[in-house]
Amino acid sequence: MPNPETKQLEISLWRRITDHLATLFAISTVVLVLAPLIAIFAYLVIKGVGSINLSFLTQTPKPPGEAGGGMANAIAGSVLILGIASLLGVPVGIGAGIYLSEFGRNRFGDSVRFVSDVLNGVPSIVIGIVAYALVVLRQKHFSALAGGAALAIMMIPTITRTTEEMLLLVPGALREAAYGLGVPRWRTTLSIVLRTATSGVITGVMLAFARVAGETAPLLFTAFGNQFWNWKLDQPTAALPLQIFTYAISPYDDWHRQAWAGALVLIILIVAAVAAVRLAVRHGTLGGAA
Amino acid sequence: MTGPQRVAGAGEKTGSRVSPLAGSADGVLRDRLFSYVILACALTVLIILFLIVYELLSSSQLAWKAFGWHFFWTHDWDPVNDQFGALPFIYGTLVSSLLALLLAVPLAVGVAVFTTEMSPKWLRGPISFLTELLAAIPSVIYGLWAIFVLVPILRTVVQPFLAKTLGWTGLFEGPPYGIGMLAAGIILAVMIVPIISSITREVLVVVPQQQREAALALGATRWEMIRIAVLRNARAGIVGGIILGLGRALGETMAVTMVIGNRPEIAKSLFAPGYTMASVLANEFSEATGDLYLSALVEIGLALFIVTIIVNAMARFLVWSVTRGQPARGHA
Repeated sequence: MPNPETKQLEISLWRRITDHLATLFAISTVVLVLAPLIAIFAYLVIKGVGSINLSFLTQTPKPPGEAGGGMANAIAGSVLILGIASLLGVPVGIGAGIYLSEFGRNRFGDSVRFVSDVLNGVPSIVIGIVAYALVVLRQKHFSALAGGAALAIMMIPTITRTTEEMLLLVPGALREAAYGLGVPRWRTTLSIVLRTATSGVITGVMLAFARVAGETAPLLFTAFGNQFWNWKLDQPTAALPLQIFTYAISPYDDWHRQAWAGALVLIILIVAAVAAVRLAVRHGTLGGAA
Repeated sequence: MTGPQRVAGAGEKTGSRVSPLAGSADGVLRDRLFSYVILACALTVLIILFLIVYELLSSSQLAWKAFGWHFFWTHDWDPVNDQFGALPFIYGTLVSSLLALLLAVPLAVGVAVFTTEMSPKWLRGPISFLTELLAAIPSVIYGLWAIFVLVPILRTVVQPFLAKTLGWTGLFEGPPYGIGMLAAGIILAVMIVPIISSITREVLVVVPQQQREAALALGATRWEMIRIAVLRNARAGIVGGIILGLGRALGETMAVTMVIGNRPEIAKSLFAPGYTMASVLANEFSEATGDLYLSALVEIGLALFIVTIIVNAMARFLVWSVTRGQPARGHA
């Protein structure tokens, strides 16, 4: 015979149980999400460290099925392609970001903003097709240049938007103070606004860099890959992610081993690049506020 | 911001070099030049999009003329006889992405709720950092891990179990290869969790504190408070985050290509191998012989492009409507 008071108690017990279940569910999602992360890094380290050796870092690939050889040319090729991409993408991205924050309070600025958000969502494989049509078909060659162009297209929207965001954080009073001293606008923008936001802008550039450094899809039919050394911009060029892909889906155990080693090197390169710039920015050699 | 001193320094330096009164005509000229250069950079962004659209449209003309809308509804993919239908790829892309969402959404929302509402303060930073780290791992490394770790687990443990318990649904039957639609869905889920959870966290944070306090004051338990005051308020933004995750899943190429099995067939069972729009491009584009074959592949690329743009625009609008113009940080 439940009187009102115990009924009240029952409901609150039920509510308390639900509350605890919800907490439990949330905690288990965290565990489930972090498990693959830990597993991936553990495998990378375990399988990768055992496979990295001097020949991996200094030699070119051996013919299929033969043990030994390395990915030295792929590492160099990645550096080359990423260099081209940065050279093409970073100035344009920063320039467009400056335009948006300093001159872009209008219709045109809004459309540039919208378009760069759209570009950010374009699948990387589609960008590969476009780079193929624009560069490879004209040159009649797979090339490092085409790969670099594809990656540059992917870097630009990210850099544009982060640069804009960072420059907008610079107080308007600084600009006015500069104008008040008679400093022309271009000088104000470059030496004061951009300089104040340097560390933020560089962080954006590094984000974009880290994002494209591991990209494989847009390189498949632009840089294409190469089993040998190549330093010519208009020739097929090996890249670390491409090599990892080729080796991972191959039937050879030794190539699988090298794929893990390559993956570890790739992750280390990405993390090192980002960390180095973060440190440099923090310790003031590159200056600016953060 | 440690700005002021440094900026004062920069100001002095430039001030001493550029006289405020003399040489103003020169200054105007340079100003104009500068604004043109900057404008050119901004224009480049527009030109890139224009080039993408133009190239996709012009290179897919041939296939469009040959097959029309039929292209998207037929399932013969026979390069030898010049017969092309994209249905198996569209099906594979949709099924793998939806499967990924099904798995990723509860996880991502759970993580976001935990970090914003439940976790002790000191744990918040590390958990968000680690989930963001998932987003930094290159797709090809996910694929590598999936081939050598995930697929064997699926083949030996998960798939036999699913076949035994849920085999009657028809979704889990056939030989357990390991590779196939299920593996693709799972690896995609892992890849899109960070996007959905970071957007969800962003929109949960902007729910006003008073809403939470009001719910608690009315006697709600913490979960009730989260459900009534937080999740309901942030609904549109969460949906936006989910759609952004969908956009990423649709266009994801490498990891999927490495585990989905790459066979252009439509099968009911999730154990069966499939093929997606992105992975057919990855596998066949550089080997495509014949103009019609290439053109058909570009048309698949065009379709993928249009779908992802629509999906992303929808997502951005929803997120924007909640955070009111603070830009949603794009990972897509």
